[in-house]
Amino acid sequence: MATRGFTGRRSGSDETRDRLPPGQFLEHGFPVLSAGPTPRVRTEDWMFTLKDGVRPVKSWTWAEFNALPQSKMTRDIHCVTTWSKFDTAWEGVMIDDILGDAFIEPPTGFTLAHSFDGYTTNVPTPDLVGGRAMVALRYEGKPITADHGGPARLLVPHLYFWKSAKWINGLQFTAKDELGFWELRGYHRYGDPWKEQRYTND
Amino acid sequence: MRWQNGTVTRIVRRSPTVSSFFFKLPEFIPFVAGQHVSVRLTAPDGYRAQRSYSIASAPEETAHIELAIEKLVDGEVSAFFHEVVEVNDEIEVSEPIGGYFVWPPGQEGPLLLIAGGSGVAPFISMARHKLLSGLDTPVLLLFSARTHQDLLFRDELAEIVDRRIGFDLLATLTRDADPPAGVRKGRIDAAMIAEAIGRLPSALHRVYVCGSNPFVENAAQLVVDAGVPPGLVATERYGV
Repeated sequence: MATRGFTGRRSGSDETRDRLPPGQFLEHGFPVLSAGPTPRVRTEDWMFTLKDGVRPVKSWTWAEFNALPQSKMTRDIHCVTTWSKFDTAWEGVMIDDILGDAFIEPPTGFTLAHSFDGYTTNVPTPDLVGGRAMVALRYEGKPITADHGGPARLLVPHLYFWKSAKWINGLQFTAKDELGFWELRGYHRYGDPWKEQRYTND
Repeated sequence: MRWQNGTVTRIVRRSPTVSSFFFKLPEFIPFVAGQHVSVRLTAPDGYRAQRSYSIASAPEETAHIELAIEKLVDGEVSAFFHEVVEVNDEIEVSEPIGGYFVWPPGQEGPLLLIAGGSGVAPFISMARHKLLSGLDTPVLLLFSARTHQDLLFRDELAEIVDRRIGFDLLATLTRDADPPAGVRKGRIDAAMIAEAIGRLPSALHRVYVCGSNPFVENAAQLVVDAGVPPGLVATERYGV
């Protein structure tokens, strides 16, 4: 059903429109969204832990993590609140390289990302490996600011951006798909922007 | 997601930049104070724009839902509401969304609500819910606005305070040289947070902060600095 009087402001060229998933619009700023106060995580206290179920596999300090191979990803990102931002430039450690440094193959098909503030989000393991995701340490050439998830955030750019957990402090492989913070509160368990999987039953 | 065609039954100006739009829905879907809905606009060629707005009406008011929409500079959807939408228009409205920034189940309290400008909308729902439900949860709303006319719903809030049901209001104006009696002047600071917490009868159960990102960032940090565990503080920031 068309809305009376609504024509909309289609932004930009055909190319722009082709890059925008359904229901999204192009944003040039970088809005901040989060469920609680911004935690101030000092790099001296920072620790990243890989777990298989409840068993810790390996932990890295900030210095150790920064010594892992650093990669770049420049990607479009899509927030479930309907803004998208093109060509965001990130640097950090590919999940593949984290697993490589821990000498493990993914033990299960499900992963729960954990953050310093208690936030969690679930991502299928295949969506994190094969060059599809990283733990980002830098944005546009600079350390990531606290409000955008610094010192380190997950980057899974092909899913809605709530999956790219801010203030990440660990990845946990789980035997089954365990829902995370927003996924328990009405948001989609997978979150593919191109299929517009915003809410639980979309 | 379930969508319904809501009919706009009433438009009420709340301030120079904010108007309330009342929607009658084919099916009223129960919600919890603090939840939001999405509205979806569709152009003749199928182009769509969708935004979320907090519900300002109380869950007890089942005849309609009220959305208080601020006209944003360059706002594709908010400008459409302010410039085009008329009574009797049909607009697609989603089912209520959000399971975090909501009135807690049961009677737990006290609750501290901190609003910046039109961020007061979910707290209007909570204030009305408190009034209509008769719950004795102590609530204090700390409300920061630019000028007196931006103190949305100020008369209604004052009436709820006057009923002495355990709903308290502390208002402050950031761009008003001479606020009316009882209203503070200046941005929310540590002293205002301390006063708000001190006015509540017992230890805080939860704090909710809603407004623009800079407002929320500042207020939430002050609350944490006042010794409130961060896990008790829920924030809702205007994305876009």
